[in-house]
Amino acid sequence: MQIFNFAKPLNFMRLKWAAVVLSAVLVLGSFASIAINGINWGLDFTGGTVIEVGFAKPADLVAVRQTLTNAGYEDAVVQLFGTSRDVLIRIPLRADIAQAVVGDTVLQALNSQQAEAVTMRRVEFVGPSVGEELKQDGGLAMLMALLGILAYVAMRFEWRLSVGAVAALAHDVILTLGLFSVLQLEFDLTVLAAILALIGYSINDTIVVFDRIRESFRKLRETTVAETINDAITSTLNRTVITSLTTVLVLIVLFYMGGALIHGFATALLFGIAVGTYSSIYVASAIAEILGISREDMLPPPPVDKEGESSEAL
Amino acid sequence: MLNKNPVWRYVLVIGMLLLALVYALPNLYPEDPALNISATRGGTVAEQTRSQLEQSFRSANIAAKSVVLEEGQILARFNSTEDQLQAREIANQQLGANFVTALNLAPATPGWLTAIGATPMNLGLDLRGGVHFLLAVDMKAALDKNLNDMVQTFRADLREDKIRYRNVQADIGRGQVQVSFRSTEDVVAAEAALKKRDRELVFTTSSDNLTLLVGISEIRLKEIREYALEQNITIIRNRVNEIGVAEPLVQRQGADRIVVQLPGVQDTAQAKEILGATASLEFRLVDTEGDLGSALEGRVPPNSELYYSRDGRPVLLEKRIMLTGDHITGASSGYDEYSQPQVNIKLDAKGGTLLSAGTKDAIGRRMASVFIEYKPGTEIGADGNPILIKQQEVINDATIQARLGRDFVITGINSPAEAQNLATLLRAGALIAPVQIIEERTIGPSLGKENIELGITAIQWGMAAVLLFMAVYYKAFGMVANIALVANLVLLVGMMSLIPGATLTLPGMAGIVLTVGMAVDANVLIFERIREELLEGRSVQQAIHHGYDRAFATIADSNITTLLVALVLFGIGTGPVKGFAVTLAIGILTSIFTAVVGTRLLVNLIWGGRRVQSLPI
Repeated sequence: MQIFNFAKPLNFMRLKWAAVVLSAVLVLGSFASIAINGINWGLDFTGGTVIEVGFAKPADLVAVRQTLTNAGYEDAVVQLFGTSRDVLIRIPLRADIAQAVVGDTVLQALNSQQAEAVTMRRVEFVGPSVGEELKQDGGLAMLMALLGILAYVAMRFEWRLSVGAVAALAHDVILTLGLFSVLQLEFDLTVLAAILALIGYSINDTIVVFDRIRESFRKLRETTVAETINDAITSTLNRTVITSLTTVLVLIVLFYMGGALIHGFATALLFGIAVGTYSSIYVASAIAEILGISREDMLPPPPVDKEGESSEAL
Repeated sequence: MLNKNPVWRYVLVIGMLLLALVYALPNLYPEDPALNISATRGGTVAEQTRSQLEQSFRSANIAAKSVVLEEGQILARFNSTEDQLQAREIANQQLGANFVTALNLAPATPGWLTAIGATPMNLGLDLRGGVHFLLAVDMKAALDKNLNDMVQTFRADLREDKIRYRNVQADIGRGQVQVSFRSTEDVVAAEAALKKRDRELVFTTSSDNLTLLVGISEIRLKEIREYALEQNITIIRNRVNEIGVAEPLVQRQGADRIVVQLPGVQDTAQAKEILGATASLEFRLVDTEGDLGSALEGRVPPNSELYYSRDGRPVLLEKRIMLTGDHITGASSGYDEYSQPQVNIKLDAKGGTLLSAGTKDAIGRRMASVFIEYKPGTEIGADGNPILIKQQEVINDATIQARLGRDFVITGINSPAEAQNLATLLRAGALIAPVQIIEERTIGPSLGKENIELGITAIQWGMAAVLLFMAVYYKAFGMVANIALVANLVLLVGMMSLIPGATLTLPGMAGIVLTVGMAVDANVLIFERIREELLEGRSVQQAIHHGYDRAFATIADSNITTLLVALVLFGIGTGPVKGFAVTLAIGILTSIFTAVVGTRLLVNLIWGGRRVQSLPI
């Protein structure tokens, strides 16, 4: 069984400009959305208190809101979390109350005013300085990962491919951030982890294609650069699609069965892998071609040693 | 012959897998709700205590799975959490204050596995429930305290060298101590005298040449910060042990942070009070000569300070501190002859000497115990956290009847509970610098359990989906890849259990699921390559050989980059994210091993080195 079985290489590079324009538009769109809508930062980044409580029966959100207002938390956001019996309460940072005790007071208020006692499922409090640092550290981590990859690929392959690979990765990250901005999905620590995992996955994909491009350059002598790249992409297409498929399979499982805490993580990776598969085929290779990669860049370095030296080495 | 492997390779790989399997096994055994009973400082748990407890459990109809004494602690296992909680009540009643009872989940690993060091994976707090605190140490307070100490030392030093000074005072804002003199000769002499005693001081003189400004060198500042952090960690560790938590974690994070994790703790209020409290005691003599009335109007005598007692009564105390709380080695609560709560205090040798010297000439005078506590106020500082406010109150003042030694008593405490809390705090020691909670995460036990179940279901279904897909798509070769995938999971779990620092978290479980999806990638690469080689007309054996060899370079390159990302993630991540990075990194390594080495052996065993016309791929 085989998904694709092509007699001739597909002409991927014919669409390279279209792909570049499409990607540029999507990247600009993402930036625009991030600038206009911003990102819905989660508790980990903004600071504040999140309380998850479990009710024995489906919860009455109106009553919960009333209880909280009476307790002095008018700015609390109350919503269902996962099931109708789980309620998530968010309380933003405020200067006039001691933050560390918010969790306890809210639980007390709920327990005293609700007919049935609620069970504490989790209480998380994050101070303001922690969130700021996390944003910086997270950004730094992404940058470090990208730089590390840039250096590694430049060393193992060639600088044009390296630039293509990193452009493709940045493209995947920006688009995923854009998705979270457009849909206003909550961006928490697990999503940050997902984006870093995505960088790992996407580079994996790109390297496989690059490896084949290098091999094709060495193998096919009478073809143009575009034809060689087409050949490489076509022959790795089966692998690219199958690996994406198995990964997407487990992510769908995670999305539906992993519970509400993992939702953001699964969403980011599902979207990211779709984008990543496209970008490792189009963005990375197209940029390398536009930058003018040639067969000579890919040939193994000619033996520099003279006869005498090589016999000495033996 | 092509594609034949020597037997030792099979033995090696199978051996490794069996080893991993043995170390993965403990994870299959469920955990027992248990009680951990240990004696407080200095005490011991005797065999008699154990048998008495067992007796009490039996008479209360609580079925204990086992009650054993090991390493000076009693571990009692139960069938349910209800039994466990009930048993704690009984244990607390029977044993009293000299023992600490902690709730625990004890792994039910069979003895032969424990004997070879096989233990289940560490579970993160998001999976087992408990509290996580991130504490920030207020370094400014530590430095300020140091400046005030310097003032005291300078006064004593200058007096000793008979150098006349006009005034010594701390300039907190500049981080300096100002010493003023009457003549420039004294300034020079003082500089020399002080420099001789401490080389890490930085001296400058004011424009009129009559004031010596003494700062602290960068090296010393760093030392002070390090000391404050290390000391706080030690003290917090002591306090955590006093609360009675099984397997607590107290760890340094960065330059001024401390992570505290208390698995199984649900009542965070008490934990917070004990952890965050920077209670310390100071003992000072009451200034009976100064006029309290004029002090209240703002004219405080130069060598005294105005304090208030709990009931708001003003007290004038000498500035000189006779003794500080860090000399306290033991504290216990009790009652005096009028049944009023009191705290009995024991001092170390130096503290005893200090107090003895301080009270020698003060018999008949009054001594006050000042209780100092830092609490977050309403004002927000530059770093975004509330500024800590120093609260000081006189908890008692009593006439010194005789010269005091290493044992004495504090009275004037409101309630027995307060006496107990104060004793706990004093016993554990006072924090060098105040700390405050900047992050707190409490996970209820039900959520932890649910998270584990969700994670396991996700792994099972994800695994099933991939196994099915591979079997259908690559037929017999798919089955080989599937065997490798299962072996990979066993290896991953075995490694996670074996590495002491590896902790499984919910994102970590997501990492395992992701690894399952991505682990087949190496096999997909190899199999696709073999197919290509076959299409190009190579023989079956050549196709297998080249397929594996050519795919390997690609697999190595692509996985090294992913590993790079996992390392970065480990470097910046905290808690759950670190857990994810660990599983991702281990998963990459194990999947390369099983997919490249493992399947090649298996493929060679089945198809290698014999006449095969076509491959079921």
